[in-house]
Amino acid sequence: MKKSHIIAIVVIAAAIAIIIATAGDASTYVNFEQAYQMASNGNTTSIHVVGELKKDAQGNVIGLEKSPDMLSFSFILLDDNHKEQKVYYNEPIPPDFARSEKVVVIGSYQGDAFLANKILLKCPSKYQEQKLNAGV
Amino acid sequence: MHYFIGDLGHVFVITSFVTSLVAAFAYGRAHGQINLDKKNEWLQNARVSFYIHSLAVVGVVASLFIIIYQHYFEYHYAYAHSSLHLPGQYMVSCFWEGQEGSFLLWMFWQAFLGLILIRTQREWEAPVMVIFALVQAFIASMILGVVIPILELKLGSSPFILLRDAMDDPIFKLQPDFIPKDGNGLNPLLQNYWMVIHPPTLFLGFAFTLVPFAFCLAGLWQKKYSEWIKPALPWTLLGGAILGLGILMGGYWAYETLNFGGYWNWDPVENAVYVPWLVMIASIHTMITYKNSETALKSSMILVVAVFLLILYSTFLTRSGILGDASVHSFTDLGLSGQLLVYMLFFMIAAIVLMALRWKEIPSTEKEVSTYSREFWIFLGATTLCLMGFQVLIPTSIPVYNKIIEIFGGISNLAPPANQIEFYSKFQLWFAVAVACFSGVGQFFWWRKMDKEKVKKELIVPALITLIVFALIIAVAKVYQPAYLALTFAGVFIIVSNLKVLQTVLKVNPKLSGGAIAHIGIGMMLIGIMFSAGYSRVVSLNNTGLIYIKEMGTEFNRDNLLLFLHEPRTMGGYDIEFLGERMEPRHKSGYVKKGDIEPTADPYKVVAKKEISFQGKKLYNAKDTFEVYPENTFYEIELRKDNKIAASLFPRVQVNPAMGGFLASPDIKRNLGSDLYTHVSAPMDANAEVDWGKTEEVRVTIGQKFYINDYVAVLEEVKRLDQLPGLELVNDDVAVQARIKVEGERDTYYAEPIFLIKDRVQVGRIASEVSDLGIKVTLLNIHPESNEFSLALNARQKDWVIIKAMEKPYINILWIGTIVLLIGFTIAMLRRFKEIRTA
Repeated sequence: MKKSHIIAIVVIAAAIAIIIATAGDASTYVNFEQAYQMASNGNTTSIHVVGELKKDAQGNVIGLEKSPDMLSFSFILLDDNHKEQKVYYNEPIPPDFARSEKVVVIGSYQGDAFLANKILLKCPSKYQEQKLNAGV
Repeated sequence: MHYFIGDLGHVFVITSFVTSLVAAFAYGRAHGQINLDKKNEWLQNARVSFYIHSLAVVGVVASLFIIIYQHYFEYHYAYAHSSLHLPGQYMVSCFWEGQEGSFLLWMFWQAFLGLILIRTQREWEAPVMVIFALVQAFIASMILGVVIPILELKLGSSPFILLRDAMDDPIFKLQPDFIPKDGNGLNPLLQNYWMVIHPPTLFLGFAFTLVPFAFCLAGLWQKKYSEWIKPALPWTLLGGAILGLGILMGGYWAYETLNFGGYWNWDPVENAVYVPWLVMIASIHTMITYKNSETALKSSMILVVAVFLLILYSTFLTRSGILGDASVHSFTDLGLSGQLLVYMLFFMIAAIVLMALRWKEIPSTEKEVSTYSREFWIFLGATTLCLMGFQVLIPTSIPVYNKIIEIFGGISNLAPPANQIEFYSKFQLWFAVAVACFSGVGQFFWWRKMDKEKVKKELIVPALITLIVFALIIAVAKVYQPAYLALTFAGVFIIVSNLKVLQTVLKVNPKLSGGAIAHIGIGMMLIGIMFSAGYSRVVSLNNTGLIYIKEMGTEFNRDNLLLFLHEPRTMGGYDIEFLGERMEPRHKSGYVKKGDIEPTADPYKVVAKKEISFQGKKLYNAKDTFEVYPENTFYEIELRKDNKIAASLFPRVQVNPAMGGFLASPDIKRNLGSDLYTHVSAPMDANAEVDWGKTEEVRVTIGQKFYINDYVAVLEEVKRLDQLPGLELVNDDVAVQARIKVEGERDTYYAEPIFLIKDRVQVGRIASEVSDLGIKVTLLNIHPESNEFSLALNARQKDWVIIKAMEKPYINILWIGTIVLLIGFTIAMLRRFKEIRTA
């Protein structure tokens, strides 16, 4: 066998390995029920859950609690099926947190609590929210 | 309303689009002509069209710039990206904040490169410029802003659109000529010198990738299968250097401005330029291989074409809105997805078809490459670079797979890897090790034909040096993880082997030293990255021992530190103390205390309450009015070691609606050995309701000492005021002001509450707050009978800030490495340009 053939085989093998590894490491968008099932089946990989903050009739966020030292907080997230879930996050509350329209939490269940490693906030976009201020 | 300039700009856009098509057509005809006179005629036409095209592009740029610079807010572009308060140097950044402007920048650079090629590459002019002109036409179409009547198809998004056409606001129904007084402003995040030079550099790099692509296609088209490499190589080198520089500038900007704690985040936007750059570097190597040994021609062609197509793909990814949730960068979708897709597919299909048609004719050597040849190792290195790019490309494209599956009616819920940094690093690291080893070994085959014996002889000394240096590094820096050991070894190896080559080359011909220097730079970068990223550690660990959520256990790490004003804590071997909030004056360097200034009606202007100095230098006199950046607040944090001030840090928090309301930027204490990187994780909410606690009342006489929340205070004097700002005093009205000195931890403060009797009966009290100490004093009453004064005292929670601090060891090796790399690139490029000139 020629050396170039060996290299070609190695390259193809590496490419396939990369694709398989990506598929293995890719996360998924799920809802809380699926995430809970995954965790109870012993699958602790991080997953993405998209949801909205729980709000009262006036539109105020409810269930937002911060730790006494302000270094972490928890909140209630409603997923697409409107299932409520308390989510813990180990960072101080981002100042714009309560204003966000959508919250993506990346993390997993630890017992009955959902522990987020990372949260992404979808805030009202600059272009949608803003109205011309005729007075300015 | 300034209609003229917008109309003019739009005419320029249309002109640039039409002339680029004309130039492409004329160059195409010129290329096909055998008759020399006819050929020259077509060439002449084509050149004139391209010149007009270039002028029109300059015209578009100038028109748009005038609109921004003159603050014509009737135009959406000026309104959306600029404002009256924007400092002049950042007006330039407004230009490319929008997608249209960045397309324009790209087009401008390509027109510029096209003009140089017309002048310098007469032999290749026609076929190369056909491709140039076509690419220009596609980009011009992105900013065309024209609706094709019958198809109802909107082509491009014009930067010259009026605000009233872009925004659906009721005011325009009432008042069609309404012009806002001020614009929305440039995202403050981009008001940074790096953002003035990073985008032009990056887009110049993009433009450069077109040059080898155009030469390669021209070569295929003309059946000059190998001749294109020589003129294309120096351009590719220059492009590689500039694109690399652009990427690194972006990384450096991120390190200084964003708070994700590093210079690289594996965000799709970063990946989208990283992948083409890797392939571009691979293509440079195969092109050099071809020049030296006439092998790897086909791979050079594939790679050169791939680079440009990857640039188009990255443009598609970042501008079509397909990334959506996957990226932290916010892109507004201009509805150009379809157009971008056509742009990409057009050149993809054209290149692939042309290559397929000519494939059989492309010369290739059948002889087996020897393991003991430089080409073999370069080829291995280039292959690894491509795999490295492939590994990044596959997961970055996850949103694309979801979209494709959706189009075919399926549902796909694939998300990018949850921890991107960890995911990419674990692969990229090993690829980097492989590339470094191949490149290091390859260097030993520099000139001579080698065999086993010679290799052994040549390798032994560098191998020994490598091992010694490697052992020293791991002993001193305590590197133990296998992956990091491998990377350190590879980094040292590539440096040592290239130093050896450099030593030889410098004796023979210093002009050939570019490659060796560039590789040394890469080795330093690898080591710098390994240390600064691999051994980055959080030093702001919470050491209070408080655990908030027991269920989470110790896994729930505490990486943030809560600092109350003037209450020192220990962190990472330092005593750390929060000294208060600061503002940054616009025209002087330094910071001013928020307590020392008073706001005015104009948020950009403040008045000094007293003489203000910063680090011993006087900045302003009392009552001076000066300008500040109202959106930025800095948190002065002092680090002390052995009671000596080690550093004053000023991490920034920026009110930034475009980025979700709030943005923290770090301040970095740079030491030779490591950087201490500190940013605010949460500031105090200025709008939150203040809890002033229980009111305490005291009765004091002048000169009497008392305590306010444990601070020693003394009532110094009470004086009658003749006037009060904002209130007219008449007849029997009485206003008195008490002056109370309070000794804080660091400073002496004065509280000056006012007591007022208006029209004999109405009593008014104006309390005075010492914000630094979190106390408030109200003058409640005056008791003339006993010469006593009643004061109400309140205290609130002190000002606080939550910070996160990280240590980044040896990051300077990375920065020095990048400079070495660029020097190497420059030397190599100069040599190759000389080659075409002397040929």
